[in-house]
Parts: sequence; C-alpha cells; structure tokens
Amino acid sequence: MLRKGLALAALGLAFLAGPALASTHPKEPKDVHWSFEGPLGKFDKAQLQRGYKVYREVCSACHAMEQMSFRNLGQKGGPFYDPKYPNPNDNPYVKSLAKDIQVKDIDQDTGDVIQRPGIAADKFPAPFPNEPAARASNGGALPPDLSLIAKAREGGPAYVYSLLTGYQNSPAGLTLTPAQHYNPYFPGDLTSAWHGAAHHVPQGGAIGMPPPLAPGKVTFDDGKPSTIDQQGKDVAAFLAWAAEPKMEERKEFGLGAMIYLLIFSGLLWVSYRKIWKNIGH
Amino acid sequence: MADTVAGANPDPHASGDDPNRRDFIHIAASVAAVGAVGALAWPLIDQMNPAGDTLALASIEFDLSKVVEGQQVVVKWRGKPLFVRYRTAKEIEAAIKDDHADMRDPATDESRHKPGKAQWLILIGTCTHLGCVPTFGGGDYGGWFCPCHGSVYDTAGRIRKGPAPLNLVLPDYTFLSDSKVKVG
Amino acid sequence: MSGHSTYEPKTGFERWLDMRLPIVRLAYDSVVAFPTPKNLNYWWTFGGILAFCLGIQIVTGIVLAMHYVPHVDYAFNSVERIMRDVNYGWLIRNVHANGASMFFIAVYIHMFRGLYYGSYKAPREVLWILGCVIYLLMMATAFMGYVLPWGQMSFHGAVVITNLFGALPVVGPSITTWLWGGFAVDDPTLNRFFSLHYLLPFMIAGVVGLHIWALHVPGNNNPTGVNVKSAEDTVPFHPYYTVKDGFAISVFLLMFAVFVFYLPDALGHSDNSIKANPLVTPTHIVPEWYFLPFYAILRALPDKLMGVLAMFGAIASLFVLPWLDTSKVRSMRYRPTAKLYFFIFILACIALGFCGAKLPDDQVIPGFTSFQLMDADLNSFVWLSRIAALYYFAYFWVITPLLGLTETPLPAPESISSPVLSHPATTPTGAVASPEKRG
Repeated sequence: MLRKGLALAALGLAFLAGPALASTHPKEPKDVHWSFEGPLGKFDKAQLQRGYKVYREVCSACHAMEQMSFRNLGQKGGPFYDPKYPNPNDNPYVKSLAKDIQVKDIDQDTGDVIQRPGIAADKFPAPFPNEPAARASNGGALPPDLSLIAKAREGGPAYVYSLLTGYQNSPAGLTLTPAQHYNPYFPGDLTSAWHGAAHHVPQGGAIGMPPPLAPGKVTFDDGKPSTIDQQGKDVAAFLAWAAEPKMEERKEFGLGAMIYLLIFSGLLWVSYRKIWKNIGH
Repeated sequence: MADTVAGANPDPHASGDDPNRRDFIHIAASVAAVGAVGALAWPLIDQMNPAGDTLALASIEFDLSKVVEGQQVVVKWRGKPLFVRYRTAKEIEAAIKDDHADMRDPATDESRHKPGKAQWLILIGTCTHLGCVPTFGGGDYGGWFCPCHGSVYDTAGRIRKGPAPLNLVLPDYTFLSDSKVKVG
Repeated sequence: MSGHSTYEPKTGFERWLDMRLPIVRLAYDSVVAFPTPKNLNYWWTFGGILAFCLGIQIVTGIVLAMHYVPHVDYAFNSVERIMRDVNYGWLIRNVHANGASMFFIAVYIHMFRGLYYGSYKAPREVLWILGCVIYLLMMATAFMGYVLPWGQMSFHGAVVITNLFGALPVVGPSITTWLWGGFAVDDPTLNRFFSLHYLLPFMIAGVVGLHIWALHVPGNNNPTGVNVKSAEDTVPFHPYYTVKDGFAISVFLLMFAVFVFYLPDALGHSDNSIKANPLVTPTHIVPEWYFLPFYAILRALPDKLMGVLAMFGAIASLFVLPWLDTSKVRSMRYRPTAKLYFFIFILACIALGFCGAKLPDDQVIPGFTSFQLMDADLNSFVWLSRIAALYYFAYFWVITPLLGLTETPLPAPESISSPVLSHPATTPTGAVASPEKRG
C-alpha cells in the first residue's frame, strides 16, 4: 500500500521536476563566496567600506538609497562602526562623511529654504528630486532605489555582482538603441530585437544602465587593486548590508535561540518519557 | 502494582520512586520554559523604547553665536522647547544675590550653569507645573513668567512664585567649544 | 468525554471565587483533569501548536501595529523602519511574517489529520465546521496581512483577488468598488485592510474557543477511531498531554527558528521588497505559498466566473464533508482503500500547489510539446491543474461517498485499551499480544 503511494509520488515528482524553460531566461548569477553567507557569516568591514566608496563615487550619481541615513554607516555591523562611539551620531568619521554633502533645510530665523552641511541623522542625498526628473536624465529609464536591491532581485548580491561585471558586447544580429545595453544577466525578452536564428535568441535582456564600473575608477583606501571584479564584489556586499543591516545580529541571536531550543526540547523529551513511562499506549 | 487490572494506568505519582530525582527533570523543563518566555519578553518590551531614528535626533549641536546678549533663542529638542539664554552681568548678579533666599526648590546660581560659563543658561522651556512654555523676561525677577497659572522664575530659572514645584529643568549638555554646545 | 467535574477548591479564596465565577473550575476541567485518549499520536499535537501560533501572531501583530503606518505613502517605509530602527523590530517582523506560514503548515497538517482519522464524522460535525470557519478567517486575515507592507506583490495580489469579485453577475462590479472604497486598490483599501487584519484574529480566537468547547463535548478522537469506553482508555490531560504538546511545540519552534533566523525571506517573494507601483505589474504575480492550490484551481477553468466558483467550491466542499462520507469506520487505519485514495489526494493538493506557482502555459515536462487539447497543450501546467483539480473534487464528491459503501474495512479493535498496545507499559501489568498495526 505504502509502496504504491511512493511510486505514485515519484511519478508525480517526475512531472514537476522541470523548470519553466523560456528562451529568454537570463543567465544564472555567478557563483560567489560571500563572507556573510551561511548561518555564521559576517560582513567584512573593509569590504563594506570599499563598497560604500563605490556607491558614493559611482552609483549615487543616478541611484538613491532612501532608506539609508549616514548614522547607519556607524551602527554596529556597519562599515564605519567604532566601539568607542556606540551611538553612531557621535561617530566623528560618520559626521565628516555627512558634512561633505549639502542638505536642503529651512532657516529658523527667516523661513527661507537654505542648504546646510549634513549631519549624521540626515538621509543619503537623492540624486533626483522625483521620478520624472530621474527619468528625464536617464533616457526615460528609472534608476531603481538601491536600499533593498539585494533583497528585491532573484539571486540577491550574486545577481548584483553578476550584472555589474557581466556586460558583454551586443551579439551580431541584435539591434539595440544607444540607450540600451546588452547584459546576459538582466531578465528580459530580446526576441523582438533579434534578427538571427530563431531558436538562438540571446540570453538576458537590454538594460538602460551602461556598464558603470571601470578598472581604477574608484581608488580603494586599503590599497586593494581596483578591478571591475573587486568593485563589483564590494559594492554588492555593501548593498547586501544596506538591505539588511541587522543580518549579523539576526544570525547571532539565531545561534543562541537554536541552542536553547535544542536543550529545551531535550529536557521536555526526557520529561515526557518519564511521565509516560508507566502508561501502556 | 502487581494487582492492577490489565491495561489500567498506574498513577504517575505513585510512591516507590525517589520523588526528588523524579521531579527534577520536570522542574528543569518548567524553568527552561519560563526562561524562554522571559527571553522572548525582553524584545517585546524593548521595542517600545526609542527607535534608532528617534535616538538620532536625541542630541543636537547648537551654535551659540546666534544668541544676542540679554536675549534667548528657543530651539526644539526631543520634541520640547529648549531655552538658550545669554545672560547679562546684571542678570547673573541678581541671580547670585538670591542664592540663599527663601525658595521652594533651593539651588545656587553656580549649580545652574557650567563652570566658567555663567552667561549661558540652557534650560528645558517647560513649566514644571503643568507643561506650558513660560514667556521670556516676564515676572518680578526678570527671568520667565508662565501665563497659564502664574508661575514666576528668576534669571537662574528657579521657581520663585506661583504653583510650579520645581525649577526649570537642566538638560544634559556639554560645551564642544566656546561657541558650540551639544545638548543631549 | 465531558463528565462530572472533579475540581476541588483548596484554598478559601478558591472556594469564594468558585461560587461566583467558576473559571478555575473551567480551566481545571478543560486542561488539567480532562480525560484524553491515551493513544494519541503526534498528529494530535498540532491543535496545541495552532493555539500557540495564534498567540504568537496576536502578540507580535499588536506590537508591530505600534510602529506600522497604514497609509500608501508611509506603509512601506514604516515596515523598513521596523526592520532597521525599532529595537528588535527585525525579530518581531520576521516572527510575524514567518509565523503566518508556520500557522498554515500546522493548519494543513491538522486538517489532513482530521481527514485521515475521520475526526469530522459524527458526533464531531460541528467541530469540523467550526474548524473550516477558522480556516476561512485565517485565509482572509493572511491575505489582508500580506497587503499591508505595500510591496509590489502586496499591491498586485490585492488587485487580482479583489477583481475576482467582479466576476459575480450583476452585483460583481459594485461589490468590487465597495471593497476598494474607490476605483482601484488604493489608500482606502489599505486602511480598511489594516483595520480588518487587526480585528479578524480576535474573531479567530473566539471561534477557537467554540472549537475547543465543541471538542470537549464528545472528547478527542483517537488513531483507532474507536470511542472511549471507560476511564481506562484515558489519561488526564495534565501532565500527559501538556508535556507532549510542550515537546511538540518546542520541536515546531526549532523549525520556526530556522526560518526566522536563517531563511527569513525564503517563503516570501523578492518583488515584495519593491515599493508598490500601480503602473508596473510584476512579471509573475504569485500569492503566498499557502494559497497556491486554490490559485491553481482558480486558473484551471477558462471562464473567470467558473474559476471563482470552483475556487470557493473547493473550500465549500470541506464544510459538507461529514455528510459526504458514508463509511461506518472512522479511521483510515482500518480502511486500506480509502488510505490509498487519500494519499493520492495529498499528492493532488501538492501538485495543485506547484501549478499555482507556474505560468499556465509553461511545460510540465520540459522540451516536449504534445497535442493541443482545447485551449492549451496537454503538456502544460494548466492541464495538470485541471487533472489535479478534477481529482480534488472527485475525492470529496465521488470517491468518498462511494468508498464508504463499497469497501471492506479491516477489523477495528474493541477499545483503545484492548490488549494490543503498540507501546506496552514498561511495568508489565497485562499481556502484550501482537503490536497493533501502526498507521
């Protein structure tokens, strides 16, 4: 009886095993090892600092990060955390980073709109005041907010890294406008732009962002060679942190919770066996 | 137990076993359960404490050069008004003179400012009676006057007349430089 | 079996209170002294697990409501604030979001247990129906809860489900406008969903009270399906089942913790980390996993109204099950043919779940195109949904009624305590014959 059931189950699973294969499935993200992967993973602080620099110097020209404030950079687990300043608002490096940018504010005496240097509590500055302005500056495409991009895309940080480092020359037979750039990792359907063999539509899609990284574009303060690969990894790690700054705390708490629950379950199991020992059931 | 009927359930608390050893595991399991509930209670309680963004605005830096002598500036700090007053020499003198006068909440003028900075009086601008904002310069002592119920504060912010029970509250502050103060 | 109360107030205060409001007596009779069959297996622990889940969801939900803002311009950011700035906000939110999934895992196991052991059969029909009501309330609560973070899936999921009501003839569009509070899913919709999402769990708690009351009248069913004959067949609920339920909850928490701490987004969808945009539809709108089987049934039928009726019909079939089952034997332990059809039913449900997540035209066996049948290729998920949905309805309306009349069941034991125990008492008090077949 059980055997029949299992056989049917196997047959059923065979039906369901295959993924939905469309000719325009993007390329699987590259396999990367992250310091923060796994149940005991932690962010690499130096990598987060380099990644922040890449964001600040390259990406922030077009991409906002509206969930991020400068003080987040100084909180526990963040790129510029200093145990001497448990309150990130006091962190001098964070305060100096904030001072570099100008923030719109109101003069308390006159009521006029003024610009003032940022403080730690201020949010990261947005490159555009609103969506239409962002689209107008980018050929109609909207550069997405990056605060949660590592959680908002299938593949997470590996996808971000693969996208940034995976630009290829547009294959012959693909007609793209100057505002479009071929990327095999970007999900999309190139069938309408493809003039080659019908069953060989290239993988991936056309993204509005031109290849943003270039060798040496960002100088790393710790001397790490500034290759596209390094920049891509570092900014992807930084974006993973930005999407979930509490990740390390979550995993630490989790370890304690799992150990406690295992012990607790053990105690309850023994208690259960003792209570039921003399009952025939 | 040999004389119980087949299939009957013996009493789990029947004598014959050492009660201490038998109950220990149950006590341990119960304690662990209580511990788990306690450990889970803390996050549920702590979440009501001020969150990160509230704490971010918990301290402000203020530029004292904006305050004219003899005047005060009112700034919003932690949702409340903050009086930053640049006292004249006469006002300081008047305050020191009354150091041992009869008042409801006795305090020396020295205790109301930072050492060497007698001209700077930084107080929370909330009347200690029922929370109204006192007006600057009113009342017999030239300090502040609360229009709600008539409390009068002197030039050191001490309650002299009226129903308020305590002096205007001193916030936590430090001088970062001669012209910059960090409150909170 | 609810019988004579054995509670004896010990202190003067207890006697005083017992005369005025016998609440301690009620608690004692219900969870301390309550005679419970002694042969309940671990499938019976899920009731306690469910009550625990409800408590967790209510507590974490109330706490989240202290920080969440139910307005389209602030909702998404308020959730991010909870995750980033509120002390332990990330923990409370993860528990609440994954708790909903845990709640549904437990309720499905609890329901399948009921189906297998015939717990819905007389005299427990009302108990079963109350359970179906709880299930419906859970689905409504979960649906509205998922809309609240106002991500892309939240919004477009709400659009799809509220549009379903438009299929109803004559009154459909008016009902949809009434649900929306406007001409589309927007701020009025979000605000009322928040209000109702806060309300419904307390209604669930009330119906759970009725559910337990309805249970305590006849008492628990048990794996043999045979009624309790005497006190020998039972043990007091405390300490026997308090400790067993406690252990089961602890193990359940281990699984829960794996999701909360290590896989917090595994059961969700990455598109919900994008703020809702009414002008951009996600490439692949999928409901949460626990709705997938019904989503598959909805899409199985080509006509919109038929799809809606089929989806609600699938849930309605549960309500009338006690009257569809003609079997004289309760537990499928002694109904080998029914057992087989039941396992296929489980497979059909799982298959429907898979289908709900796929695009209807995607190929089941990749790379292989067979022939067009009506509106789609046979090797497509829409046809697999149709076959599985057909079995689903056939199981309730054809197989179950017929089986009871035609099958030959195995002999059920005389009583729970008859000398064929699978776990004989370690202090030998009676003969131990061949172990009862476990199932």
